[in-house]
Amino acid sequence: MRKFYTLLSREVRSYFYSPIAYVVLVFFLFVAGVDFYFQLSFMNGKPVGYSVQEAFFNSVFFWFAFVLIFPLITMRLFAEEFKLGTIEPLMTAPVRDWQVILAKFFGSLVFYLILWLPTLLYFWVFQSITHQPAANSTGAYFGTYLMILLLGMFYLSIGCLASALTKNQIVAAVISFCVITLHFFSGLISFILQEVSSSTRQLLGYFSAIEQMGTLSRGEIDTRPVVLYVSMTIVMLTLTYQAFQSRKWRL
Amino acid sequence: MIKVENLTKRYAGQPAIRDLNFEVGKGEIMGFLGPNGAGKSTTMRILSSFMPPTSGRASIAGFDVFEQSLQARAHLGYMPENVPLYNDMRVTEYLDYRAALKGVPHRRVAERVGDVKELCGLKEVEKKIIGALSKGFRQRVGLADALVHEPDLLILDEPTSGLDPNQIRQVRDLIKNLGKQHTILLSTHILPEVEMTCSRVIIINRGRIEACDTPENLLGRIRTAGGVIVEAKIGSDDGAEELRKIAGVRDVTESVDGDWRIFALRVEANTDVREEVYRLASARRWTLRELSQRKATLEDVFVEITHPDEV
Repeated sequence: MRKFYTLLSREVRSYFYSPIAYVVLVFFLFVAGVDFYFQLSFMNGKPVGYSVQEAFFNSVFFWFAFVLIFPLITMRLFAEEFKLGTIEPLMTAPVRDWQVILAKFFGSLVFYLILWLPTLLYFWVFQSITHQPAANSTGAYFGTYLMILLLGMFYLSIGCLASALTKNQIVAAVISFCVITLHFFSGLISFILQEVSSSTRQLLGYFSAIEQMGTLSRGEIDTRPVVLYVSMTIVMLTLTYQAFQSRKWRL
Repeated sequence: MIKVENLTKRYAGQPAIRDLNFEVGKGEIMGFLGPNGAGKSTTMRILSSFMPPTSGRASIAGFDVFEQSLQARAHLGYMPENVPLYNDMRVTEYLDYRAALKGVPHRRVAERVGDVKELCGLKEVEKKIIGALSKGFRQRVGLADALVHEPDLLILDEPTSGLDPNQIRQVRDLIKNLGKQHTILLSTHILPEVEMTCSRVIIINRGRIEACDTPENLLGRIRTAGGVIVEAKIGSDDGAEELRKIAGVRDVTESVDGDWRIFALRVEANTDVREEVYRLASARRWTLRELSQRKATLEDVFVEITHPDEV
Protein backbone atom coordinates (compact mmCIF):
# COMPACT_ATOMS: atom_id res chain seq x y z
CA MET A 1 0.00 0.00 0.00
CA ARG A 2 2.89 2.34 0.76
CA LYS A 3 4.33 1.74 -2.70
CA PHE A 4 0.97 2.55 -4.26
CA TYR A 5 0.77 5.74 -2.23
CA THR A 6 4.34 6.67 -3.24
CA LEU A 7 3.50 6.15 -6.91
CA LEU A 8 0.20 8.00 -6.58
CA SER A 9 1.72 11.04 -4.92
CA ARG A 10 4.38 11.25 -7.62
CA GLU A 11 1.73 11.04 -10.32
CA VAL A 12 -0.34 13.85 -8.80
CA ARG A 13 2.70 16.03 -8.21
CA SER A 14 4.04 15.36 -11.70
CA TYR A 15 1.06 17.28 -13.14
CA PHE A 16 2.24 20.36 -11.33
CA TYR A 17 5.90 19.94 -12.31
CA SER A 18 5.00 20.48 -15.95
CA PRO A 19 3.11 23.41 -17.47
CA ILE A 20 0.32 21.09 -18.60
CA ALA A 21 -1.54 21.32 -15.29
CA TYR A 22 -1.67 25.09 -15.43
CA VAL A 23 -2.66 25.18 -19.09
CA VAL A 24 -5.51 22.74 -18.51
CA LEU A 25 -6.61 24.54 -15.33
CA VAL A 26 -6.68 27.94 -16.98
CA PHE A 27 -8.46 26.66 -20.08
CA PHE A 28 -11.02 24.78 -18.04
CA LEU A 29 -11.72 27.60 -15.59
CA PHE A 30 -12.06 30.04 -18.47
CA VAL A 31 -14.65 27.93 -20.27
CA ALA A 32 -16.49 27.11 -17.05
CA GLY A 33 -16.54 30.79 -16.11
CA VAL A 34 -17.87 31.82 -19.51
CA ASP A 35 -20.47 29.07 -19.27
CA PHE A 36 -21.64 30.22 -15.86
CA TYR A 37 -21.78 33.86 -16.95
CA PHE A 38 -23.87 33.17 -20.06
CA GLN A 39 -26.25 30.82 -18.30
CA LEU A 40 -26.86 33.43 -15.62
CA SER A 41 -27.38 36.29 -18.09
CA PHE A 42 -29.77 34.12 -20.07
CA MET A 43 -31.79 33.19 -16.99
CA ASN A 44 -31.80 36.81 -15.88
CA GLY A 45 -33.77 37.77 -18.99
CA LYS A 46 -36.79 35.51 -18.71
CA PRO A 47 -38.40 32.92 -16.46
CA VAL A 48 -37.06 29.36 -16.95
CA GLY A 49 -38.00 25.96 -15.59
CA TYR A 50 -34.59 24.85 -14.39
CA SER A 51 -32.00 25.79 -11.80
CA VAL A 52 -28.65 27.57 -12.29
CA GLN A 53 -26.81 24.42 -11.38
CA GLU A 54 -28.75 22.37 -13.95
CA ALA A 55 -28.10 24.92 -16.66
CA PHE A 56 -24.39 25.04 -15.91
CA PHE A 57 -23.87 21.32 -16.34
CA ASN A 58 -26.05 20.85 -19.40
CA SER A 59 -24.75 23.47 -21.81
CA VAL A 60 -22.72 23.26 -25.00
CA PHE A 61 -19.83 25.13 -23.33
CA PHE A 62 -19.66 22.56 -20.61
CA TRP A 63 -19.57 19.54 -22.92
CA PHE A 64 -17.08 21.20 -25.23
CA ALA A 65 -14.58 21.73 -22.43
CA PHE A 66 -15.43 18.39 -20.94
CA VAL A 67 -14.40 16.10 -23.82
CA LEU A 68 -11.27 18.14 -24.49
CA ILE A 69 -9.63 17.87 -21.08
CA PHE A 70 -9.29 14.08 -20.95
CA PRO A 71 -6.73 13.64 -23.75
CA LEU A 72 -4.74 16.50 -22.20
CA ILE A 73 -4.74 14.93 -18.76
CA THR A 74 -3.98 11.37 -19.79
CA MET A 75 -1.81 11.51 -22.92
CA ARG A 76 1.50 11.58 -21.07
CA LEU A 77 0.71 8.93 -18.43
CA PHE A 78 2.42 5.95 -20.05
CA ALA A 79 3.57 7.37 -23.39
CA GLU A 80 6.05 9.71 -21.72
CA GLU A 81 7.54 6.91 -19.62
CA PHE A 82 8.00 4.79 -22.75
CA LYS A 83 9.52 7.69 -24.67
CA LEU A 84 11.97 8.79 -21.97
CA GLY A 85 12.83 5.21 -21.04
CA THR A 86 11.92 5.88 -17.40
CA ILE A 87 9.69 2.84 -17.62
CA GLU A 88 12.87 0.79 -17.16
CA PRO A 89 13.89 2.08 -13.71
CA LEU A 90 10.21 2.12 -12.76
CA MET A 91 9.50 -1.50 -13.64
CA THR A 92 12.81 -2.82 -12.31
CA ALA A 93 11.91 -1.44 -8.89
CA PRO A 94 9.97 -3.95 -6.79
CA VAL A 95 6.50 -2.76 -7.79
CA ARG A 96 3.68 -4.67 -9.43
CA ASP A 97 2.29 -3.72 -12.83
CA TRP A 98 -1.21 -3.12 -11.46
CA GLN A 99 0.15 -0.84 -8.76
CA VAL A 100 1.66 1.35 -11.46
CA ILE A 101 -1.52 1.34 -13.56
CA LEU A 102 -3.85 2.11 -10.67
CA ALA A 103 -1.51 4.82 -9.40
CA LYS A 104 -1.53 6.48 -12.80
CA PHE A 105 -5.30 6.18 -13.12
CA PHE A 106 -6.06 7.50 -9.64
CA GLY A 107 -3.39 10.17 -10.05
CA SER A 108 -5.20 11.50 -13.10
CA LEU A 109 -8.53 11.20 -11.26
CA VAL A 110 -7.23 13.29 -8.36
CA PHE A 111 -6.03 15.98 -10.76
CA TYR A 112 -9.40 15.84 -12.54
CA LEU A 113 -11.24 16.36 -9.26
CA ILE A 114 -8.94 19.26 -8.37
CA LEU A 115 -10.02 20.75 -11.68
CA TRP A 116 -13.66 20.70 -10.55
CA LEU A 117 -13.17 22.11 -7.06
CA PRO A 118 -13.41 25.79 -8.09
CA THR A 119 -16.83 25.23 -9.68
CA LEU A 120 -18.28 24.59 -6.22
CA LEU A 121 -17.31 28.14 -5.46
CA TYR A 122 -19.54 29.46 -8.26
CA PHE A 123 -22.70 28.17 -6.61
CA TRP A 124 -21.61 29.36 -3.20
CA VAL A 125 -20.92 32.87 -4.55
CA PHE A 126 -24.23 32.86 -6.41
CA GLN A 127 -26.14 31.84 -3.34
CA SER A 128 -24.43 34.33 -1.01
CA ILE A 129 -25.02 37.26 -3.40
CA THR A 130 -28.54 36.56 -4.63
CA HIS A 131 -29.86 34.68 -1.60
CA GLN A 132 -31.44 32.32 -4.10
CA PRO A 133 -30.68 28.59 -4.08
CA ALA A 134 -28.49 27.61 -7.06
CA ALA A 135 -29.99 24.13 -7.21
CA ASN A 136 -33.34 22.56 -6.46
CA SER A 137 -31.96 20.41 -3.68
CA THR A 138 -28.77 19.07 -2.08
CA GLY A 139 -29.38 15.87 -4.00
CA ALA A 140 -29.01 17.79 -7.24
CA TYR A 141 -25.47 18.79 -6.28
CA PHE A 142 -24.70 15.26 -5.27
CA GLY A 143 -26.13 13.83 -8.49
CA THR A 144 -24.23 16.23 -10.74
CA TYR A 145 -20.91 15.70 -9.10
CA LEU A 146 -21.53 11.95 -9.03
CA MET A 147 -22.02 12.08 -12.80
CA ILE A 148 -18.87 14.18 -13.17
CA LEU A 149 -16.98 11.55 -11.19
CA LEU A 150 -18.45 8.56 -13.05
CA LEU A 151 -17.99 9.92 -16.54
CA GLY A 152 -14.55 11.24 -15.57
CA MET A 153 -13.49 7.78 -14.41
CA PHE A 154 -14.62 6.19 -17.64
CA TYR A 155 -13.02 8.78 -19.92
CA LEU A 156 -9.79 8.83 -17.93
CA SER A 157 -9.54 5.05 -18.17
CA ILE A 158 -9.93 5.36 -21.96
CA GLY A 159 -7.08 7.89 -21.87
CA CYS A 160 -4.95 5.48 -19.82
CA LEU A 161 -5.46 2.74 -22.40
CA ALA A 162 -4.62 5.05 -25.31
CA SER A 163 -1.46 6.20 -23.57
CA ALA A 164 -0.35 2.65 -22.79
CA LEU A 165 -0.61 1.75 -26.48
CA THR A 166 2.01 4.14 -27.81
CA LYS A 167 5.14 6.04 -26.95
CA ASN A 168 3.90 9.08 -28.84
CA GLN A 169 1.82 11.46 -26.71
CA ILE A 170 0.13 13.04 -29.71
CA VAL A 171 -1.02 9.65 -30.97
CA ALA A 172 -2.32 8.82 -27.48
CA ALA A 173 -4.21 12.13 -27.34
CA VAL A 174 -5.77 11.62 -30.77
CA ILE A 175 -6.87 8.06 -29.98
CA SER A 176 -8.48 8.99 -26.68
CA PHE A 177 -10.07 12.11 -28.13
CA CYS A 178 -11.64 10.10 -30.98
CA VAL A 179 -12.98 7.36 -28.71
CA ILE A 180 -14.32 9.80 -26.12
CA THR A 181 -15.99 12.03 -28.72
CA LEU A 182 -17.46 8.99 -30.44
CA HIS A 183 -18.98 7.77 -27.19
CA PHE A 184 -20.19 11.21 -26.37
CA PHE A 185 -21.85 11.82 -29.73
CA SER A 186 -23.49 8.40 -29.80
CA GLY A 187 -25.71 9.89 -27.10
CA LEU A 188 -26.65 12.71 -29.45
CA ILE A 189 -27.82 10.44 -32.27
CA SER A 190 -31.36 10.30 -30.94
CA PHE A 191 -31.49 14.10 -31.09
CA ILE A 192 -29.99 14.36 -34.57
CA LEU A 193 -31.61 11.46 -36.44
CA GLN A 194 -35.35 11.82 -36.51
CA GLU A 195 -36.24 8.53 -38.20
CA VAL A 196 -34.68 6.08 -35.70
CA SER A 197 -37.16 3.78 -34.06
CA SER A 198 -38.23 4.41 -30.49
CA SER A 199 -36.53 1.22 -29.24
CA THR A 200 -33.20 2.33 -30.76
CA ARG A 201 -33.76 5.73 -29.26
CA GLN A 202 -34.34 4.18 -25.87
CA LEU A 203 -31.30 1.92 -26.14
CA LEU A 204 -29.04 4.83 -27.10
CA GLY A 205 -30.55 6.78 -24.24
CA TYR A 206 -29.11 4.29 -21.77
CA PHE A 207 -25.61 5.11 -23.02
CA SER A 208 -26.15 8.81 -23.52
CA ALA A 209 -24.02 10.87 -21.18
CA ILE A 210 -26.13 13.92 -21.96
CA GLU A 211 -29.39 12.29 -20.91
CA GLN A 212 -27.83 10.82 -17.79
CA MET A 213 -26.43 14.19 -16.84
CA GLY A 214 -29.88 15.69 -17.33
CA THR A 215 -31.41 13.17 -14.97
CA LEU A 216 -28.74 13.29 -12.29
CA SER A 217 -28.40 17.07 -12.26
CA ARG A 218 -32.09 17.30 -11.38
CA GLY A 219 -31.27 15.24 -8.32
CA GLU A 220 -32.72 11.94 -9.51
CA ILE A 221 -30.01 9.48 -8.53
CA ASP A 222 -30.19 6.65 -11.03
CA THR A 223 -28.07 3.56 -10.30
CA ARG A 224 -27.88 2.45 -13.94
CA PRO A 225 -25.17 4.93 -14.99
CA VAL A 226 -23.27 4.07 -11.80
CA VAL A 227 -23.11 0.42 -12.79
CA LEU A 228 -22.42 1.25 -16.43
CA TYR A 229 -19.49 3.59 -15.84
CA VAL A 230 -17.87 1.73 -12.97
CA SER A 231 -17.89 -1.51 -14.94
CA MET A 232 -16.70 0.19 -18.14
CA THR A 233 -13.84 1.77 -16.18
CA ILE A 234 -12.83 -1.64 -14.85
CA VAL A 235 -12.91 -3.05 -18.39
CA MET A 236 -10.75 -0.20 -19.70
CA LEU A 237 -8.23 -0.57 -16.87
CA THR A 238 -8.03 -4.31 -17.48
CA LEU A 239 -7.29 -3.61 -21.14
CA THR A 240 -4.68 -1.07 -20.06
CA TYR A 241 -3.09 -3.75 -17.90
CA GLN A 242 -2.96 -6.10 -20.88
CA ALA A 243 -1.51 -3.40 -23.14
CA PHE A 244 1.06 -2.53 -20.50
CA GLN A 245 2.06 -6.18 -20.13
CA SER A 246 2.52 -6.48 -23.87
CA ARG A 247 5.87 -4.65 -23.62
CA LYS A 248 7.21 -7.94 -22.29
CA TRP A 249 6.71 -9.76 -25.55
CA ARG A 250 6.58 -6.83 -27.95
CA LEU A 251 9.78 -4.81 -27.44
CA MET B 1 24.39 -14.20 -6.44
CA ILE B 2 23.49 -14.40 -10.13
CA LYS B 3 22.85 -17.71 -11.77
CA VAL B 4 22.05 -17.93 -15.46
CA GLU B 5 21.13 -21.16 -17.17
CA ASN B 6 20.60 -21.64 -20.91
CA LEU B 7 19.26 -18.14 -21.24
CA THR B 8 17.92 -17.35 -24.71
CA LYS B 9 16.09 -14.29 -25.97
CA ARG B 10 14.69 -13.84 -29.46
CA TYR B 11 13.37 -10.62 -30.95
CA ALA B 12 10.97 -11.42 -33.77
CA GLY B 13 12.69 -14.75 -34.31
CA GLN B 14 16.14 -13.17 -34.36
CA PRO B 15 18.18 -14.47 -31.43
CA ALA B 16 19.72 -11.68 -29.35
CA ILE B 17 21.34 -14.03 -26.87
CA ARG B 18 21.77 -17.77 -27.19
CA ASP B 19 22.17 -20.31 -24.42
CA LEU B 20 23.99 -18.15 -21.93
CA ASN B 21 25.34 -19.91 -18.86
CA PHE B 22 27.25 -18.16 -16.12
CA GLU B 23 27.37 -17.51 -12.43
CA VAL B 24 28.48 -14.52 -10.43
CA GLY B 25 29.50 -15.22 -6.86
CA LYS B 26 28.97 -13.00 -3.85
CA GLY B 27 31.43 -10.09 -3.68
CA GLU B 28 32.64 -10.44 -7.27
CA ILE B 29 32.92 -7.58 -9.71
CA MET B 30 32.05 -9.11 -13.04
CA GLY B 31 32.81 -7.25 -16.24
CA PHE B 32 30.54 -7.80 -19.19
CA LEU B 33 32.27 -7.06 -22.48
CA GLY B 34 31.16 -7.24 -26.05
CA PRO B 35 30.71 -5.19 -29.20
CA ASN B 36 27.54 -3.15 -29.69
CA GLY B 37 24.56 -5.39 -30.27
CA ALA B 38 26.24 -8.43 -28.73
CA GLY B 39 23.43 -8.89 -26.23
CA LYS B 40 24.81 -7.19 -23.12
CA SER B 41 21.83 -4.93 -22.49
CA THR B 42 19.39 -7.71 -23.33
CA THR B 43 20.98 -9.96 -20.72
CA MET B 44 20.91 -7.18 -18.14
CA ARG B 45 17.30 -6.35 -18.87
CA ILE B 46 16.34 -9.97 -18.34
CA LEU B 47 18.29 -10.11 -15.08
CA SER B 48 16.54 -6.98 -13.88
CA SER B 49 13.11 -8.55 -14.64
CA PHE B 50 12.36 -5.86 -17.20
CA MET B 51 11.58 -8.47 -19.81
CA PRO B 52 11.25 -12.23 -19.74
CA PRO B 53 13.64 -14.57 -21.57
CA THR B 54 12.37 -16.68 -24.47
CA SER B 55 13.74 -19.74 -22.71
CA GLY B 56 16.13 -20.63 -19.93
CA ARG B 57 16.28 -19.42 -16.35
CA ALA B 58 17.99 -16.73 -14.37
CA SER B 59 17.97 -16.13 -10.66
CA ILE B 60 19.19 -13.41 -8.34
CA ALA B 61 20.00 -14.24 -4.71
CA GLY B 62 18.13 -17.50 -5.23
CA PHE B 63 14.95 -15.86 -6.58
CA ASP B 64 13.86 -16.58 -10.13
CA VAL B 65 13.75 -13.26 -12.01
CA PHE B 66 10.48 -14.15 -13.66
CA GLU B 67 8.55 -16.21 -11.13
CA GLN B 68 9.72 -14.45 -7.95
CA SER B 69 10.33 -11.19 -9.68
CA LEU B 70 9.47 -8.89 -6.76
CA GLN B 71 11.92 -10.55 -4.35
CA ALA B 72 14.59 -10.69 -7.05
CA ARG B 73 14.08 -7.00 -7.81
CA ALA B 74 14.27 -6.11 -4.11
CA HIS B 75 17.82 -7.49 -4.04
CA LEU B 76 18.89 -5.61 -7.09
CA GLY B 77 20.09 -2.13 -7.89
CA TYR B 78 19.88 -1.56 -11.62
CA MET B 79 21.17 1.34 -13.65
CA PRO B 80 19.95 1.19 -17.25
CA GLU B 81 21.94 2.37 -20.22
CA ASN B 82 21.72 6.15 -20.79
CA VAL B 83 20.19 6.55 -17.31
CA PRO B 84 16.59 7.54 -17.98
CA LEU B 85 15.36 9.91 -15.23
CA TYR B 86 12.33 12.12 -14.60
CA ASN B 87 13.65 15.41 -15.90
CA ASP B 88 11.18 17.57 -14.03
CA MET B 89 12.04 16.36 -10.51
CA ARG B 90 14.74 17.64 -8.19
CA VAL B 91 17.61 15.36 -7.22
CA THR B 92 16.68 14.85 -3.56
CA GLU B 93 13.01 14.57 -4.39
CA TYR B 94 13.74 11.88 -6.96
CA LEU B 95 15.95 9.88 -4.62
CA ASP B 96 13.36 10.13 -1.81
CA TYR B 97 10.73 8.83 -4.20
CA ARG B 98 12.93 5.98 -5.40
CA ALA B 99 13.87 5.00 -1.84
CA ALA B 100 10.22 4.81 -0.80
CA LEU B 101 9.36 2.88 -3.95
CA LYS B 102 12.08 0.35 -3.24
CA GLY B 103 10.80 -0.21 0.28
CA VAL B 104 13.33 1.67 2.38
CA PRO B 105 11.59 2.09 5.78
CA HIS B 106 10.06 5.52 6.20
CA ARG B 107 12.33 6.70 9.02
CA ARG B 108 15.48 5.58 7.18
CA VAL B 109 14.74 7.32 3.86
CA ALA B 110 16.39 10.63 4.79
CA GLU B 111 19.47 8.86 6.15
CA ARG B 112 19.88 6.56 3.13
CA VAL B 113 19.33 9.36 0.61
CA GLY B 114 21.86 11.49 2.51
CA ASP B 115 24.36 8.64 2.42
CA VAL B 116 24.10 7.97 -1.31
CA LYS B 117 24.25 11.68 -2.12
CA GLU B 118 27.46 11.85 -0.11
CA LEU B 119 28.85 8.72 -1.72
CA CYS B 120 28.07 9.77 -5.29
CA GLY B 121 29.08 13.41 -4.84
CA LEU B 122 25.62 14.84 -5.36
CA LYS B 123 25.55 17.24 -2.40
CA GLU B 124 26.25 20.29 -4.55
CA VAL B 125 23.37 19.60 -6.95
CA GLU B 126 20.81 18.14 -4.53
CA LYS B 127 18.31 20.95 -5.07
CA LYS B 128 18.72 21.13 -8.84
CA ILE B 129 16.19 19.92 -11.37
CA ILE B 130 17.43 16.71 -12.96
CA GLY B 131 16.77 17.97 -16.49
CA ALA B 132 19.33 20.72 -15.92
CA LEU B 133 22.14 18.39 -14.84
CA SER B 134 25.17 17.50 -16.94
CA LYS B 135 25.67 13.98 -18.22
CA GLY B 136 28.15 13.19 -15.44
CA PHE B 137 25.75 14.20 -12.69
CA ARG B 138 22.86 12.33 -14.30
CA GLN B 139 25.03 9.24 -14.30
CA ARG B 140 25.70 9.74 -10.60
CA VAL B 141 22.01 10.24 -9.85
CA GLY B 142 21.40 6.92 -11.61
CA LEU B 143 24.08 5.26 -9.52
CA ALA B 144 22.72 6.80 -6.30
CA ASP B 145 19.28 5.48 -7.26
CA ALA B 146 20.70 1.99 -7.79
CA LEU B 147 22.36 2.11 -4.36
CA VAL B 148 19.68 3.74 -2.27
CA HIS B 149 18.02 0.58 -0.94
CA GLU B 150 21.36 -1.12 -0.12
CA PRO B 151 20.99 -3.93 -2.64
CA ASP B 152 23.23 -7.00 -2.53
CA LEU B 153 23.70 -6.84 -6.26
CA LEU B 154 24.34 -3.95 -8.61
CA ILE B 155 23.78 -4.25 -12.34
CA LEU B 156 25.24 -1.29 -14.18
CA ASP B 157 24.74 -0.97 -17.92
CA GLU B 158 27.63 1.13 -19.24
CA PRO B 159 28.10 3.27 -16.16
CA THR B 160 30.85 5.35 -17.76
CA SER B 161 29.52 5.94 -21.26
CA GLY B 162 29.60 9.58 -22.24
CA LEU B 163 31.75 10.73 -19.34
CA ASP B 164 34.99 12.67 -19.59
CA PRO B 165 38.25 11.01 -18.45
CA ASN B 166 38.15 12.59 -14.98
CA GLN B 167 34.59 11.52 -14.40
CA ILE B 168 35.41 8.03 -15.65
CA ARG B 169 38.17 7.85 -13.08
CA GLN B 170 35.81 8.98 -10.33
CA VAL B 171 33.14 6.48 -11.29
CA ARG B 172 35.74 3.73 -11.55
CA ASP B 173 37.02 4.46 -8.03
CA LEU B 174 33.47 4.53 -6.78
CA ILE B 175 32.73 1.15 -8.33
CA LYS B 176 35.90 -0.29 -6.88
CA ASN B 177 34.85 0.88 -3.43
CA LEU B 178 31.34 -0.42 -3.88
CA GLY B 179 32.79 -3.79 -4.79
CA LYS B 180 33.83 -4.20 -1.18
CA GLN B 181 30.23 -4.58 -0.04
CA HIS B 182 28.25 -5.35 -3.18
CA THR B 183 28.32 -7.88 -5.95
CA ILE B 184 28.55 -5.98 -9.22
CA LEU B 185 27.83 -6.85 -12.83
CA LEU B 186 28.84 -4.05 -15.16
CA SER B 187 29.02 -3.73 -18.90
CA THR B 188 31.34 -1.39 -20.70
CA HIS B 189 33.30 -0.72 -23.84
CA ILE B 190 36.19 0.82 -22.00
CA LEU B 191 38.63 -2.01 -21.55
CA PRO B 192 41.29 -0.51 -19.28
CA GLU B 193 38.45 0.03 -16.85
CA VAL B 194 37.64 -3.66 -16.74
CA GLU B 195 41.28 -4.55 -16.22
CA MET B 196 41.43 -2.19 -13.29
CA THR B 197 38.13 -2.94 -11.59
CA CYS B 198 36.86 -6.40 -12.42
CA SER B 199 37.72 -9.67 -10.78
CA ARG B 200 36.26 -11.66 -13.67
CA VAL B 201 35.28 -10.91 -17.23
CA ILE B 202 32.70 -12.33 -19.59
CA ILE B 203 33.21 -11.61 -23.26
CA ILE B 204 30.04 -11.95 -25.27
CA ASN B 205 29.76 -11.79 -29.03
CA ARG B 206 26.72 -12.27 -31.26
CA GLY B 207 24.70 -13.50 -28.31
CA ARG B 208 27.17 -16.14 -27.19
CA ILE B 209 29.69 -16.22 -24.37
CA GLU B 210 33.11 -16.44 -25.98
CA ALA B 211 35.19 -16.32 -22.82
CA CYS B 212 34.68 -16.13 -19.09
CA ASP B 213 37.75 -15.83 -16.89
CA THR B 214 39.90 -13.49 -14.82
CA PRO B 215 41.58 -10.71 -16.79
CA GLU B 216 45.02 -12.26 -16.12
CA ASN B 217 44.05 -15.64 -17.45
CA LEU B 218 42.44 -14.10 -20.50
CA LEU B 219 45.66 -12.24 -21.27
CA GLY B 220 47.63 -15.47 -20.94
CA ARG B 221 45.31 -17.27 -23.29
CA ILE B 222 45.57 -15.17 -26.38
CA ARG B 223 47.94 -15.93 -29.20
CA THR B 224 49.70 -12.61 -29.35
CA ALA B 225 50.59 -11.70 -25.85
CA GLY B 226 52.31 -8.50 -26.84
CA GLY B 227 55.24 -7.10 -28.72
CA VAL B 228 58.66 -5.51 -28.50
CA ILE B 229 59.76 -2.34 -30.23
CA VAL B 230 63.40 -2.05 -31.24
CA GLU B 231 64.92 1.10 -32.74
CA ALA B 232 68.55 0.77 -33.84
CA LYS B 233 71.24 1.81 -36.32
CA ILE B 234 72.26 -1.45 -37.88
CA GLY B 235 74.59 -0.49 -40.71
CA SER B 236 74.29 -2.93 -43.58
CA ASP B 237 72.97 -5.88 -41.56
CA ASP B 238 69.62 -7.47 -42.37
CA GLY B 239 68.12 -6.64 -38.98
CA ALA B 240 64.73 -8.23 -39.51
CA GLU B 241 66.29 -11.52 -40.51
CA GLU B 242 68.57 -11.56 -37.43
CA LEU B 243 65.75 -10.69 -35.05
CA ARG B 244 63.52 -13.37 -36.48
CA LYS B 245 66.09 -15.99 -35.43
CA ILE B 246 65.57 -15.18 -31.72
CA ALA B 247 63.53 -17.89 -30.01
CA GLY B 248 60.01 -16.69 -29.20
CA VAL B 249 59.79 -14.09 -31.98
CA ARG B 250 56.96 -14.88 -34.34
CA ASP B 251 57.07 -12.02 -36.74
CA VAL B 252 59.01 -8.84 -37.42
CA THR B 253 57.92 -5.77 -39.33
CA GLU B 254 60.43 -3.10 -40.28
CA SER B 255 60.20 0.60 -40.98
CA VAL B 256 62.77 3.31 -41.62
CA ASP B 257 63.28 6.65 -39.87
CA GLY B 258 66.33 8.39 -41.42
CA ASP B 259 69.39 6.32 -40.40
CA TRP B 260 67.31 4.48 -37.84
CA ARG B 261 65.43 1.26 -38.34
CA ILE B 262 62.33 0.56 -36.31
CA PHE B 263 61.40 -3.08 -35.78
CA ALA B 264 58.10 -4.22 -34.32
CA LEU B 265 58.37 -7.74 -32.98
CA ARG B 266 55.41 -9.96 -32.25
CA VAL B 267 56.35 -12.53 -29.66
CA GLU B 268 54.92 -15.67 -28.11
CA ALA B 269 52.79 -15.39 -25.01
CA ASN B 270 54.64 -15.06 -21.69
CA THR B 271 58.10 -14.64 -23.19
CA ASP B 272 60.43 -11.72 -22.82
CA VAL B 273 62.90 -11.45 -25.67
CA ARG B 274 64.43 -8.10 -24.72
CA GLU B 275 67.55 -9.63 -23.20
CA GLU B 276 68.21 -11.63 -26.35
CA VAL B 277 67.67 -8.57 -28.48
CA TYR B 278 70.19 -6.63 -26.41
CA ARG B 279 72.78 -9.41 -26.73
CA LEU B 280 72.29 -9.53 -30.47
CA ALA B 281 72.62 -5.76 -30.73
CA SER B 282 75.82 -5.62 -28.69
CA ALA B 283 77.33 -8.58 -30.57
CA ARG B 284 76.60 -6.88 -33.89
CA ARG B 285 77.60 -3.45 -32.55
CA TRP B 286 74.20 -1.89 -33.38
CA THR B 287 73.42 1.43 -31.76
CA LEU B 288 70.19 1.00 -29.74
CA ARG B 289 67.87 3.95 -29.26
CA GLU B 290 64.82 2.11 -27.95
CA LEU B 291 64.08 -1.32 -26.64
CA SER B 292 60.65 -1.57 -25.10
CA GLN B 293 57.93 -4.07 -24.51
CA ARG B 294 54.30 -3.41 -25.20
CA LYS B 295 52.15 -5.45 -22.83
CA ALA B 296 49.09 -7.14 -24.19
CA THR B 297 45.90 -5.58 -22.94
CA LEU B 298 42.36 -6.75 -22.72
CA GLU B 299 41.87 -4.81 -25.90
CA ASP B 300 43.96 -7.41 -27.71
CA VAL B 301 41.94 -10.16 -26.08
CA PHE B 302 38.73 -8.43 -27.04
CA VAL B 303 39.77 -7.88 -30.64
CA GLU B 304 41.07 -11.41 -31.00
CA ILE B 305 37.94 -12.97 -29.56
CA THR B 306 35.34 -10.81 -31.23
CA HIS B 307 37.06 -10.41 -34.60
CA PRO B 308 39.23 -13.51 -35.02
CA ASP B 309 39.78 -12.89 -38.75
CA GLU B 310 41.45 -9.53 -38.30
CA VAL B 311 44.23 -10.71 -35.97
